[in-house]
Amino acid sequence: MNIVVCLKQVPGTTEVKIDPQTNTLIRQGIENIINPFDTYAIEEGVRLREKHGGKVTVITMGPPQAEAALREAVSLGADAAVLLSDRAFAGADTWATAYTLSRAVAKLQPCDLIICGRQTIDGDTGQVGPEMAEMLQLPFIAYVSRIEEIADGKLRVRRMVEEGHEVMETTLPAVITVSKEINVPRLPSLRGIMKSKSAAIPVWGVRELEVDEKMVGLAGSSTQVIKVFFPQRVHQAEMLEGDLDTRVDTLIDRLRSARVC
Amino acid sequence: MDYFLTEEQKTIKGLARKIAEERVLPVRAELDEKEEFPWAPLKELADADMFRVFVPEEYEGLGGGCLELCLVVEELSRVCSAVAVSYAASALGCMTLGEYGTDEQKRRWFPDIASGKKLAAFAITESTAGSDAGNIKTTAEKVAGGYLLNGTKQFITNGGEAALYTVICLTDKTRGARGASAIMVEKDTPGFTFGKKEKKMGIRASATRELVFRNCLVPEGNLLGKPGLGFIQAMRLFDRSRPGIGSQAVGLAQGALEAAVDYAEQRVQFGQPIISMPVVQHMLADMAILVEASRALVYAAARYVDSGARNVTEESAAAKVFASDTAMKVTTDAVQICGGTGYMRDFPVEKMMRDAKILQIYEGTNQILRNAIAVNLRKRKARTA
Repeated sequence: MNIVVCLKQVPGTTEVKIDPQTNTLIRQGIENIINPFDTYAIEEGVRLREKHGGKVTVITMGPPQAEAALREAVSLGADAAVLLSDRAFAGADTWATAYTLSRAVAKLQPCDLIICGRQTIDGDTGQVGPEMAEMLQLPFIAYVSRIEEIADGKLRVRRMVEEGHEVMETTLPAVITVSKEINVPRLPSLRGIMKSKSAAIPVWGVRELEVDEKMVGLAGSSTQVIKVFFPQRVHQAEMLEGDLDTRVDTLIDRLRSARVC
Repeated sequence: MDYFLTEEQKTIKGLARKIAEERVLPVRAELDEKEEFPWAPLKELADADMFRVFVPEEYEGLGGGCLELCLVVEELSRVCSAVAVSYAASALGCMTLGEYGTDEQKRRWFPDIASGKKLAAFAITESTAGSDAGNIKTTAEKVAGGYLLNGTKQFITNGGEAALYTVICLTDKTRGARGASAIMVEKDTPGFTFGKKEKKMGIRASATRELVFRNCLVPEGNLLGKPGLGFIQAMRLFDRSRPGIGSQAVGLAQGALEAAVDYAEQRVQFGQPIISMPVVQHMLADMAILVEASRALVYAAARYVDSGARNVTEESAAAKVFASDTAMKVTTDAVQICGGTGYMRDFPVEKMMRDAKILQIYEGTNQILRNAIAVNLRKRKARTA
């Protein structure tokens, strides 16, 4: 089966600073890594290839240096990689990013399964996977924690929900996002690293993807970040007085008025 | 210090460090406590192609030399010397095959060692033959269909866990060491069993066992090189493997030094971190000097071996002796700096100090190796006189 894994290069630290002028992340002087959630997507793709045969292609949209993330993915077992890079792609929101990625997936046909990490650790939106599925008009399942079976053009998975899990089935091709419960990503191998150093990684821009410049990058983004801030944590505690019955009654009243129960 | 490693060597060293820190560190205390063979970390090393490093390229290896092997062993030993020696023993167990084996023999055994599917081991030591390695008693009598092995090997690293053993035994017992030969013996050969598993002071996760041969018939095709050359083959092997023990010592000492610096920085006494006290600073400085000097000597000896030099006895012995004496001193001082905490088994330097002692003993005691160096000094003097 042909699998496409989408990944993003992110700053390798949890202490990123935000540029107060542009409200974007300051990336200078910070080591870049593959978005940790995407490493599970790569691993699952490689495992499926090992089991079912086929090919794993990794793609990312980013500046030229994002090629390093693709090479790392090749060292971890991906067969091929494509870098989506063009000045016109800069400043993309999740919608424009998903659009660009979806055009690359369309160009990589035939494709049976598209795997993404559940979200990035820098943007944290978790929107690109589902948006891309919508644009490709493919079925989508989020938070997949286990692939149960792939047979007869169908995929059955277990996905995490708030209080347990659901088992879902879909036809292929499909888009899924995976959670970190799905596997333990392998470390690279020496032969993988050597292969990754010489791997040819094509760069696709506006021309190769045959997209309208107005649909990508800042121009294609319908949202704009106005402000990034840490939410204030508000803690309020109230100690209930009286005997046990009174306290329970008061508690129930409070919960009712707060519409919790 | 920059040792001008190639890109490939840096890649090997970097990946070995990653595996050591991510996959060995979390389990080292438990493996030591339970004296459990480190199969899981070794599987990680196999998946990362680390067992290919020391196997020739024609047999599914990466064709690395002594230095490449040293880099892996050093990084593993920095975290756990027991995992390092279990890995290195597989290299030791197939180096004679690499040097004296036929193409057919190499094709038969190397690929599974390269993939890490099988571990190898080397066996020469017996109860009567430690430093006096020529005094072995295990015999391999030539019979119809091969060699019949009888005898007991002692203190064999990877014993019981390895699938393939290079065994030095007497094919002609009338000639003593000159009648010794190297024979490959596969696990599960009838007549080949394992004796008791030793309980050790250090490197406790590694397996050390007796190999017992009772009328064990081994095919003639398992003999490596010519009969009668086994002792020379073994001595030549150790000359080339000793930098590996040196690198194990360098890694161990490096790990202990780092642990001591970490502790000295956060331990506050008399209102200040103990690292700001001159007495501790000088101890740490001396440790750092010794570790770096050992590394320089070990890398130089490994490169000398890789250069194809004919006689490397003196250089490899010097590297092993200096680095292992360093490891003993540095780990002891690391425990001293960490004080009561360092003496406790919950803290890693206690294990490191126990792990260090064997380095002065195995693959030639430091006394025997000093003898060898002295012999060379006298030979040189005699030549120039």
